[in-house]
Amino acid sequence: MDLYEYQARDMFEKHGVPVLPGIVAETPAEARAAAEQLGGVVVVKAQVKVGGRGKAGGVKVAKTPDEAEAYAEAILGMDIKGHTVHRVMIAAGAAIAEEFYFSVLLDRAERRYLAMCSVEGGMEIEQLAVERPDALAKVAVDPLVGIDRAKAEEIVDTAGFPAELREAVIDTIEKLWLVYKNEDATLVEVNPLVRTEDGSIIALDGKVTIDENALFRHADHAALEDKAAADPLEAKAKHMNLNYVKLDGSVGIIGNGAGLVMSTLDVVAYAGREFGGQKPANFLDIGGGASAEVMANGLDVILHDPQVKSVFVNVFGGITSCVAVADGIVGALEALGDKATKPLVVRLDGNAVEDGRAILAHADHPLVTIVETMDGAAAKAAELAAAAA
Amino acid sequence: MAIFLTQDSKVIVQGMTGSEGMKHTQRMLASGTNVVGGVNPRKAGAEVEFPGDVLVPVYGTVAEAMEATGADVSVLFVPPPFTKSAVMEAVDAGMPLVVIITEGVPVADTAEFFAYAQSKGTRLIGPNCPGLITPGESNVGITPANITGPGKIGLVSKSGTLTYQMMFELRDLGFSTCVGIGGDPIVGTTHIDCLEAFENDPDTAAIVMIGEIGGDAEERAAAYIKEHVTKPVVGYVAGFEAPEGKTMGHAGAIVSGSVGTAAAKKEALEAAGVKVGTTPSETATLMREILTGS
Repeated sequence: MDLYEYQARDMFEKHGVPVLPGIVAETPAEARAAAEQLGGVVVVKAQVKVGGRGKAGGVKVAKTPDEAEAYAEAILGMDIKGHTVHRVMIAAGAAIAEEFYFSVLLDRAERRYLAMCSVEGGMEIEQLAVERPDALAKVAVDPLVGIDRAKAEEIVDTAGFPAELREAVIDTIEKLWLVYKNEDATLVEVNPLVRTEDGSIIALDGKVTIDENALFRHADHAALEDKAAADPLEAKAKHMNLNYVKLDGSVGIIGNGAGLVMSTLDVVAYAGREFGGQKPANFLDIGGGASAEVMANGLDVILHDPQVKSVFVNVFGGITSCVAVADGIVGALEALGDKATKPLVVRLDGNAVEDGRAILAHADHPLVTIVETMDGAAAKAAELAAAAA
Repeated sequence: MAIFLTQDSKVIVQGMTGSEGMKHTQRMLASGTNVVGGVNPRKAGAEVEFPGDVLVPVYGTVAEAMEATGADVSVLFVPPPFTKSAVMEAVDAGMPLVVIITEGVPVADTAEFFAYAQSKGTRLIGPNCPGLITPGESNVGITPANITGPGKIGLVSKSGTLTYQMMFELRDLGFSTCVGIGGDPIVGTTHIDCLEAFENDPDTAAIVMIGEIGGDAEERAAAYIKEHVTKPVVGYVAGFEAPEGKTMGHAGAIVSGSVGTAAAKKEALEAAGVKVGTTPSETATLMREILTGS
């Protein structure tokens, strides 16, 4: 889960990383109050989980509370690369003398962590890595050791910080490691890390991604989730413990296992080319060993998506029994009664396939078509979606 | 012969006495796996009865189980909060192969136990994986054993159900070993590890490699194939329709920017001479052409 800047700022502060005061505001009036509270020059910063907000006009320096209110008025509700701004952070102003860069993240390929650091901050790090790779220090971090004092020294010296800043940056990096380690982050990035004119080192803007698998040991992390930003169908699915992602197409998809469902999306889009470009409407994985109830819940979510014109149920029963899947389909259609209007194409294979198919054949519901192969079923679902459009 | 797992493998189950452990131990026994023990410190000394009058002894520690049985494979059905310590215990006991089925392990835990296992010479498979099967010999994990039988195709995949689908598509030809390496950002055994083992396995004639979006494991595998693999490889990549920045079930299956897209992976594999199918069925057809010429 990616955090907002203000959430990252709070997390930094909790672990002793030097940050500037910042207050979140959801209305222009709150922005004004925050600016009055902080006093002096403030920065009004759009809170969105996407880069490039400065260029989009989402970051403004306000000299007075009046200006802060006016900028907040302009920024709140703004669309930045498809993300609507619901909050701004009012941050204290800083006299920046120099900008640096630091991050620590999961290195999937090397199966350890990687720290990156540069004395040339203030630009996109991808750009720096391409244009001036020598200016970006990359230091491998052993997961069993982490960033201790010696590693922090190695990072700072490889990046080439001047002697007078060395101690302060080493100390900050050790504290940023605490954020990474203690919060179960997979990314902690500070861009820019700055030296102010009075010589302080400050993390001016931060990005933090936390590992959702580690929620069981971080009771406080659940509150970081942005429930308002989630699609209502995604929220409903999450409530039912379904792994669901809303997409833009017309063919609703239910399957078991992330890989097979991803593959199903592709096969539908591929088959859909023959039928006016029909595309998948969602990703929905009912998981391993799903019950009839889970199957019925999944179908319920998908049938409530107005964009869905047909549904493709694609199950290869490993642990999941095709009987449970068939019972779930029959049960959901019975519960919906006359409200069920969208055609279903079902392809079952694997565990208890004959019994599952028999249940569907016996129910003989007019909306259900059984197709034996995955490619054939995808084509049928796309055809039905095109016919209903 | 096969890779990593043969009929001689002696398997213990960490977490055997839990509900998932019980269910899958029963399935593994039914498919012929030599399950020689379970581990649970609170039930040490007990025996668990499985259908067919099979009694499996429970040991207090992995070390005790290895001492008593000569086990050389451990499979874990341990909940995420306890997975790290269970893996560490198996590594400390000197277990050569540890298969971690558990889904939802924090990646920091995986990073730590992987580094530890590597330093001690233990091979890990998973986490968040279906395990591996050498049809007709042994089955460790949750793969259905009745899909197909022994044959000459080696299969490596991030995804469980796509593994089953591909086994089903090629069920008439059969498989040497099928390895589900798991869909997490860090996995103990990679595509490359499996490609290398299949290349060196005299019973494997051709290899199916199934990938999905996220990371650059497939691109690296493509480079490896070009340099080191002489056996024919057929590929499949899932996730062309997955949007950027969305997690689709597998924690590793998330696209950030242009890195890790399905298109990039397909292109890299094709550049290495791998035939890549558009659908699982088409991929199976490509393999069938290679092995049977029809």
